[in-house]
Amino acid sequence: MQRAALSKPLPAAFWLALAALSLSLAFYAKPLGEALSLEWLVDYPKLWIVPIQSQISAAMHWLIDEASFGLFTLREALRFLSGLMEVPMNLAIEGLATGLLSGTGSRAVEIFPPLSWIAVTVIFAATGHYAKGWALAFVQLACFLYLALFGQWHSAMLTLASIAVTLPFGVAVGLALGIACHTWSGFDRFMRPVLDLMQTVPVFAYLVPILFMFGFGPVSAMIATIIYALPPMIHNTTLALKAVPDELREFGTMVGCTPSQMMRKILLPSALSGLMVGVNQVIMSSLNMVIIASMIGAGGLGYDVLFSLRRLDIGAGMEAGLAIVVLAIALDRLSQALATRHPPARKTTSRAFPLNYPRSFLCVAVIAATWIGGNWIEALQTFPEGWQISTRQYWGELVKAINLNFYDQLEAVKLFFLATLLLPVKGFMLGLPWAWVIGLIALGGYKLGGWRLALLGTMLFGFILLTGQWDYAMISLYLCGVSVLLAILIGAPLGILAAEVKGFSRVMRVAVDTLQTLPTFVYLIPVVMLFNSGDFSALIAVTLYAVVPVIRYTAHGLDQVSPNLIEAGKMIGCSKWQILTKIKLPLAAPHMMLGLSQTIMFALSMLVITALVGTRDLGQQVYTALSQADPGLGLIAGLSVAFIAIVTDRFAAVAAKWLTAGG
Amino acid sequence: MKPAVTKLACRNIWKVFGPGGDRFLRGAAKAPSRDAFTRAGLIVAAEDISLDVIAGQILVIMGLSGSGKSTLVRLMSRLIEPSSGELIFEGKDLRKASEKELIEIRRHKMGMVFQSFALLPHRTVLGNVAFPLEVQGVGKAVHEEKAQEIIRLVGLAGRENCYPRELSGGQQQRVGIARSLISDPHIWFLDEPFSALDPIIRREMQDEFLRLQSEFQKTIVFITHDFEEAIRLADRVAIMKDGRIVQIGTPEELVLAPADDYVRQFTKHVVRAKVVSVRAIMTAPGPDAAYAGSVKATDHIEDIADAVEKAALPFAVQDENGRIIGAVGRRNIVDVLIGREQS
Repeated sequence: MQRAALSKPLPAAFWLALAALSLSLAFYAKPLGEALSLEWLVDYPKLWIVPIQSQISAAMHWLIDEASFGLFTLREALRFLSGLMEVPMNLAIEGLATGLLSGTGSRAVEIFPPLSWIAVTVIFAATGHYAKGWALAFVQLACFLYLALFGQWHSAMLTLASIAVTLPFGVAVGLALGIACHTWSGFDRFMRPVLDLMQTVPVFAYLVPILFMFGFGPVSAMIATIIYALPPMIHNTTLALKAVPDELREFGTMVGCTPSQMMRKILLPSALSGLMVGVNQVIMSSLNMVIIASMIGAGGLGYDVLFSLRRLDIGAGMEAGLAIVVLAIALDRLSQALATRHPPARKTTSRAFPLNYPRSFLCVAVIAATWIGGNWIEALQTFPEGWQISTRQYWGELVKAINLNFYDQLEAVKLFFLATLLLPVKGFMLGLPWAWVIGLIALGGYKLGGWRLALLGTMLFGFILLTGQWDYAMISLYLCGVSVLLAILIGAPLGILAAEVKGFSRVMRVAVDTLQTLPTFVYLIPVVMLFNSGDFSALIAVTLYAVVPVIRYTAHGLDQVSPNLIEAGKMIGCSKWQILTKIKLPLAAPHMMLGLSQTIMFALSMLVITALVGTRDLGQQVYTALSQADPGLGLIAGLSVAFIAIVTDRFAAVAAKWLTAGG
Repeated sequence: MKPAVTKLACRNIWKVFGPGGDRFLRGAAKAPSRDAFTRAGLIVAAEDISLDVIAGQILVIMGLSGSGKSTLVRLMSRLIEPSSGELIFEGKDLRKASEKELIEIRRHKMGMVFQSFALLPHRTVLGNVAFPLEVQGVGKAVHEEKAQEIIRLVGLAGRENCYPRELSGGQQQRVGIARSLISDPHIWFLDEPFSALDPIIRREMQDEFLRLQSEFQKTIVFITHDFEEAIRLADRVAIMKDGRIVQIGTPEELVLAPADDYVRQFTKHVVRAKVVSVRAIMTAPGPDAAYAGSVKATDHIEDIADAVEKAALPFAVQDENGRIIGAVGRRNIVDVLIGREQS
C-alpha cells in the first residue's frame, strides 16, 4: 500500500488545485461557514476546548502543596535538593565574583577575596597555550581583557561561575545517560523520542515547572540549563561511542576485558575527542541559555541583557550582549582546541619540579601574587573603574541618530514588508478553516510518507486544536514560514557563493561560525534598536538566526558532490553554470532538504524568544505562562511548538528521501 | 617428525547472518541449499566448516574479500557466535565456556593481531603493549618490564614513549604484534596483519614474522587475501570461497594438485621452484648409478637448482634417515623451472 502511494506522485495540477482551493477558502470560508451554519468547521468552538491546561496546573499545585512521602513532603525534598546544589554554586560565585562574605547586605565583611581579574585572565591564557599554543593564548587574553576593560567583569564572572558549576553536572549526567543508551538498546529506544522532544520543546516551557519546584534563584536557572544542555551531550556520547572502530572492541574482547574494563579503558578513552565535542556543546548551550535562565533567577550578563531589553536601554543591552559574545568566543575556541588537542609527543622529565609544569606554576604564582598584593594595591584585585571604557552612550546616541535621520526610510521598509508580505500571509493562515488544514496535513502526510506520517501529523495538530492553541499556532506557523522563506532566499545564494568562490568561503565560514556562537537573544538587540517591537522585528531576528543552517547546509551539500562527477561534467563540456545547475544542485538537494528541517527548528526556537518583542504567537503564550506562573499553559504551548517542529521535521525528512530516490 | 597435535578444531561450524538465521538453520532437517537461504533473506558466511589447527604450525586461511575468512577467524575466537557446530580448543568445547571462562581463556591463551592495528590512540607504545597485562591485573612494575622486553624483540626499542600516530604503518603493526604476544598465548590469530602495509614493508614484516615464529613456535591462524603471502608463510593453507573451504593442504599440495579451477587460478602464477620439493620430481634411483652429491627429499627445488645444474651427474635424494630414495638430475630441474610436463 505504502509503496504504491510513494511510487506514484500525484500530478502537479492536483497540488495546484489544492493551493487554489486553500486560497479561496481562506477568504470565503467564514461567510460560507455562516451561510451553511458550519462555523464549527472554520473556527474551533471555545466550548470544545479540553481543559488539559487547568488540569496540569492543578496537578502541579497538588504536587507542590500536598504531595508527601510520609516522612517528608515533595516540597521539602525539592528544597533539600536545591539546597544541596546551592553549595557548589555559591562556592563558584564566591570564588570568581563576590568573594567569601560574612554577613549580608551592605554590612558584609569580605573574609576572602575572589580570584583577581589578573589571575583569571592568566589562567585562561595559560590553558589556551596548553591547548593550542600562543595564538589561542592571545585570543583568551584579548577576550578577558575586553571584559575587564569594558566594565563587564563582575557580571561575566557570575556567568562564568554558573557555567563552571553547570558544566560538570551536565557532562556527568549526559555521559551517564549516553553510556546507558549505548549499553542497553532498550533504553536507547526509550530515550530517542524523549531526546527528540527535549530538543524541540522551547526552553521557556519547562522554566515554569522548574520555577514551581525549585523557586526563583540560581539553582533553578542551573537546572533549566542542564536540562537544555543534556540532549547534545547524550547524543554526542552515543555517537562517539558508536564511532569507536569494531576492531578496537574486538581487541578489547580478545584480551579479556570485562564489560567495565571495556568501557573505562577502551571505549571512553578512544571516544575522547567525540566526547569533548559534547562538552563544547554543553558550554555553548549553557551560554545560549544565559539570558533565558536569568528569567528564573540567574544573575550575570544574561540578567543585564534582559533588564536592559525590558527598559529598552539599548546601550546597556548591547554592552552586556557583546560581553556574552566575547565570553562565548573565548570558551568556544578553548573547548574546541581542548577537544582536538593531541598529547605532546614525548614528556621531558629532565627539568626541576616547578619548571616541569611551567603553566601550572605560572598560574599558582600569579594567584598567590595577586592575592597577597591585592591587600595593598587595589588594582591587582579589581580592575580599576577609572580605566574602564563605557560604550553605552555611543550606542544610545547611534540609535537616536539613526532614528532621527532614517526614521522615514526604516518605517517605509517595515510598512512595505508588513503590507505586501506579512499581513496577507497572516490573514491567509488565520482565515483557513482548521478542518481544512488538518485535512491537508493528513493528505500530504499520506501521499509523502504513508498512513503513519498522516496519523502523526493529524494527532499532533489535533492536540494543538483540542487545547485551544490553534490561532496562536497559526501565527507561529506564519511567522516561521515567512522567515524560513526569507532565510532560504538569502541563505541559499550565499551558500552557493561560499561553495563556488574560494575567497568568499573563508569569510563566510567565519561569519557563520560567529553567528552560531551568538546567544539567540543577542539577535534581538540591534533589531529592536532599528525597528522597535512587533512582527517585523521578530521576522528579522528569526530570519537572521535561521539563515545560518541554510548557508551551512547548502555549502556543505555542494562541497560533498563527488569531484569525479564534476570532472566527468567538465569533460562532457558543461559550462560552469551547467555544472552547478545540472550536476551539483540536484546532487546536493537531499542534503539541503535536511538543512531545511534544521532551519525550521532554528526558526521555531528563535520564534519563542521573539515573544519578548511582542508577537502574538505560541511563544507569547509560553512567555505569558512564565509571568503568570501557569505551568499548564506553559507546558501546553511549549508542547504545541514542539509538535509543529516534529511534524515539519518528519515531513522534511520524507521529502529529502524522495529527492534522493529521484522523485 | 613430532606427532601432530590438534590445538583447535572446528567441527561443522556454520554461521548464518540475518534475522532468525540460527532458527532457520536449526529448523532444517538437513543443510538447506544456498537458494533456500537467499530466499529467506539470510547470508551464509560459513558453511559446514571443519578443520584442525595443528600445534606449532601456521595455518593460513586464504580467500578473496567476501569469502568469509575474517568471519571464520572470529568464529574460532568466538568473537562471533557460531550458528551451529563445535569448537574444540585444547580438548574442551569452547562454545560451552561461560562468559567468565571465556574471559580467562582469552586473557591467557589467545592473542590476536588486527588488520588496521587496533592500537589505543591515547596510549603510548609501552601502554599499548602492556595493556593486556594491565587488564589481567598484573602489577605495573612487572608488566612494564615484560613490555620493554617484547618491544625490544619486535625491534621498537627506543620508541616506547611514542604514540601510535607518530609511528609508520609497519611500526604500528609491530606494536600490535608485540601486544598480542605479551601474555604468551597458546594460539595466535592474525587477521590480515600486513594487508594495510606497502608491498616492501609487507615483505619485511613477513620475514620478521617468520623469525618470531622460529623463536616461539606458536600455533597460528593467519588470514590473508594474498596467495603469495599464504604459500610463503604457511605450513598448511585453507582456501575459502563463498563461506566454504575449497581445499586444505600444504602449499606444495595446492600447487601440484589443485582441487578445482578456482584454486588453479591462484596456483598458476606461483613460482613452482619455491614450493615444489625434490620428492615430487625425483626419479627412481638407478641400480648403481654414480651421483654428484646428495640432497634431501624435503628440499625445495629453488635451494638445490644451482648445484644440480652445475654437476654433470644426477644427485641422490635422501629421506630424513639418510636412505637414498631417488635421484634428481638437470632435466628434472629444468622441467619445473619452465613448467614442462614431467618427461
